Amino acid sequence: MRIDLDVNGSRHSVDIDPSQTLLDVLRDELGLTGTKYGCGEGRCGACMVLVGSHAVASCTVPAQSAAGAKITTIEGLEHDGHLHPVQQAFLDEQAFQCAYCTPGMIMAGVALLRANPQPTAGEIAQGLETNVCRCGTYPRIVAAVRRAAAAGGGESRP
Amino acid sequence: MITRDQSEGASRREFLKMLGGGLLVVLVTRDALAAPALGARLTEAAPGAPQIPEDVNAWLHIDHNGAVTVFTGKVEFGQGIRTSLAQEVAEELRVPLSSIRLVMGDTMLTPFDMGTFGSRSTPQMGTQLRKVAATARERLVALAGARWHVDHGGLTAADGRVTDPRTGHSLRYGELTAGRAITATVSDDVALTPKPHWTVAGTSAPRVGARDLVTGRHQYTSDMRVPNMQYAKMLRAPSLGATLASLDASAAQTMPGVVVTRDGDFVGVTAPSAAAAAKALGALRATWTPAPGAAPSSRDIYDYLRHTPAQEAGPGHEGGSTEPFERGDVTAALAAAPHRLTQSYTVAYIAHVPLEPRAALAQFTHEAGGDRLTVWTGTQRPFAVRDQVAQAVAMPNDRVRVIVPDTGSGYGGKHTGEAAVEAARLAQRIGRPVKLVWTREEEFRWAYFRPAGVIDVDAGVDANGLITAWTFDNYNSGPAAIRPWYAIANQRVTFHPSVSPLRQGSYRALAATANHFARESHVSELARMVEMDPVAFRLKNIDDPRLRDVLQKAADRFGWPGSNRQAGHGVGVACGFEKGGYVATCAEVSVDRGSGEVRIVRAVTAFDCGAIVNPDGLRNQISGALVQGIGGALFESIEFDHGVIRNAHLAEYRVPRFSDVPAIDVVLVDRPDEPSMGAGEAPIMALAPAVAAAIFEATGVRLRALPMAPTGIKFAAASGAGSR
Ligand code: FES
Ligand code: FES
Repeated sequence: MRIDLDVNGSRHSVDIDPSQTLLDVLRDELGLTGTKYGCGEGRCGACMVLVGSHAVASCTVPAQSAAGAKITTIEGLEHDGHLHPVQQAFLDEQAFQCAYCTPGMIMAGVALLRANPQPTAGEIAQGLETNVCRCGTYPRIVAAVRRAAAAGGGESRP
Repeated sequence: MITRDQSEGASRREFLKMLGGGLLVVLVTRDALAAPALGARLTEAAPGAPQIPEDVNAWLHIDHNGAVTVFTGKVEFGQGIRTSLAQEVAEELRVPLSSIRLVMGDTMLTPFDMGTFGSRSTPQMGTQLRKVAATARERLVALAGARWHVDHGGLTAADGRVTDPRTGHSLRYGELTAGRAITATVSDDVALTPKPHWTVAGTSAPRVGARDLVTGRHQYTSDMRVPNMQYAKMLRAPSLGATLASLDASAAQTMPGVVVTRDGDFVGVTAPSAAAAAKALGALRATWTPAPGAAPSSRDIYDYLRHTPAQEAGPGHEGGSTEPFERGDVTAALAAAPHRLTQSYTVAYIAHVPLEPRAALAQFTHEAGGDRLTVWTGTQRPFAVRDQVAQAVAMPNDRVRVIVPDTGSGYGGKHTGEAAVEAARLAQRIGRPVKLVWTREEEFRWAYFRPAGVIDVDAGVDANGLITAWTFDNYNSGPAAIRPWYAIANQRVTFHPSVSPLRQGSYRALAATANHFARESHVSELARMVEMDPVAFRLKNIDDPRLRDVLQKAADRFGWPGSNRQAGHGVGVACGFEKGGYVATCAEVSVDRGSGEVRIVRAVTAFDCGAIVNPDGLRNQISGALVQGIGGALFESIEFDHGVIRNAHLAEYRVPRFSDVPAIDVVLVDRPDEPSMGAGEAPIMALAPAVAAAIFEATGVRLRALPMAPTGIKFAAASGAGSR
């Protein structure tokens, strides 16, 4: 079946199989591989993207149900060579090791700051609880989200 | 056993031609230099045509623009060595960090390497690369001296140039080598820059390539694609050791673009899209014959391991001597000791859960001289996997190239090449490139685990609090760090390998975590028996000044033992030594009396791994190791029975998350005069026993099984069993 996806401000008409998740279509059909597979069951957050303003685990979303929604992936955060404040904060805090979790963490952080521009450390931890960093860089991730918040609430809405 | 392939040199020589002119510096071990064949080879090297000896550990090339390329068989899995090794090279070569590029883990381009494990990258590869870079610098200075007809003793090298301060002459490295191919060989005794003079090494340089990590641009193996590539899925058995009885692939085979490959029990499907491959896999109808005989389950695993000896040590038993160790008269000393304590400890199988599951992309190309196979895959042992793949597709090793893109972590869990072999076999069969990405469930079921084990400890202490006798019997968990570093006159330490019902292998710090858990838990109990403070008791029994120092520093920073503990809180301490790293951890826990839930509230770890190469990277490693250690300490455990893993999903296998993380304080102990050692492993070791001791202080319950509190602490059940 053919659906229209609005990803990072561009419309894509894609031929999908009804069994495909949004994650499958982003990675395999659109080549947006910044969004990662980690578990396929909504338990690790590696696949997080924004649907509207909310971070969702794209591995749990049937691709067809995302038709028409405004989807933002990690590739859509950077504008004119400028990193999104949350991306920049992850760089500044060196909040990664293998960085496989990083795109999902950043998307979750962006969504969190949209809903709560000045979160406490506890609120960040709670807000990102779906996201796993197996390398254990959690304290730096919390610091990065706080840094982004301090740098202006993370809001540079595309 | 890894064997060097003699024909490997052929592709190397092609590669050297590709490099063109410039300065090439290779490091040769002493053994290799001593070999007559090599001496001959080096002297044969014709001007303008650099040759490379076979037994090289590392090499480095500077081109006519001054760009530096370093070649190492090590791989980047998140531990930060792409950065720290470059820092070391930049330091010795006197060039900016940004002018250095590392080619890593590519079996065609990089020298042979055993693998990236055992915390060896920093002490071994780091030191080797420093020697290579220092030799390159000396060579460049000599070239400049010759060019200017001056004694090169008065020349300086800095910022990628050689300068004569007396005349003001100055040339960039690239200019000095321009147009010529020059080869230099390093011997072991080239002088290295001492740490007090470091300016690039020793600093918290940010990770090389980090921007691509936050934009999603970095391509992990699982992100790659090549033209014409097919997606693969493998058919898996329903239980370990089951064999394929029948396969009906007719429905799958009629699907467009689908090919089903079967070779005995090896069954894979390939299709033009991942979705089609998954569909085709679902359409296979297979019946299986379970493995014969009764298989132990996680409930009876410890009895089984204790009573099912293996003939010899196997995978997962690396990192220490498997020979028994005995000193003094332990039997007599135990009998004479006024205080004696005997206990058993257990550790469960646990999974690495690297966030990027196993993945591989295999591509055959037809070239003059025959087919070549290139496999991209995330493995910690690219050369071993190359050999494994070559064997699987019946090709000579030198026709197979394994390339390891910077990978989504491993923690010792990616020493093998399962996905690489599977993708290569399928690609060979269908004649097109194949990508295979394991699911999380496959990763849980078909990768390998940290070994489970049982450890019995029997120890005696004299009236003054000195440990006088120590027996330590480790069943199957492994011999890494098995011998005590306490000064004990009478000891007997024995490793007993067992037959493991689950596939087991390496894990971060190997068995050092299990052995430290047993040893340090036991020592904490001994301290209590003789009514001594656990820090003071340890200091009394430890001679090693560096170990004493980290222990003291951790205790000081923590404010050990502190007073006015909140109700339900407790503190504990543990320390240890492994792979050149000294670690001490103090932990505070809180235990909810109602639910039994354990939380680690704060942890202070002091760590000494010699001269620090990158303090921020080191902090990141230590903190990450502590977080990973929380899982194994409190709740990670593989459940299985009848050859089936029962918790093969993240929903059932709990890993540490944000809410599990305590306030972490890391104390770095820099030792400028000591060699730099690895840090990826040792910091994980002291957390579990420190937490065990803290839980005891908080509750009076001694927990001697890892994980300690998968479902919280059960006070009623434990109160009878706990020895106070
Ligand atoms: S891959 Fe979607 S949550 Fe793990
Ligand atoms: S940095 Fe490796 S999983 Fe987060």
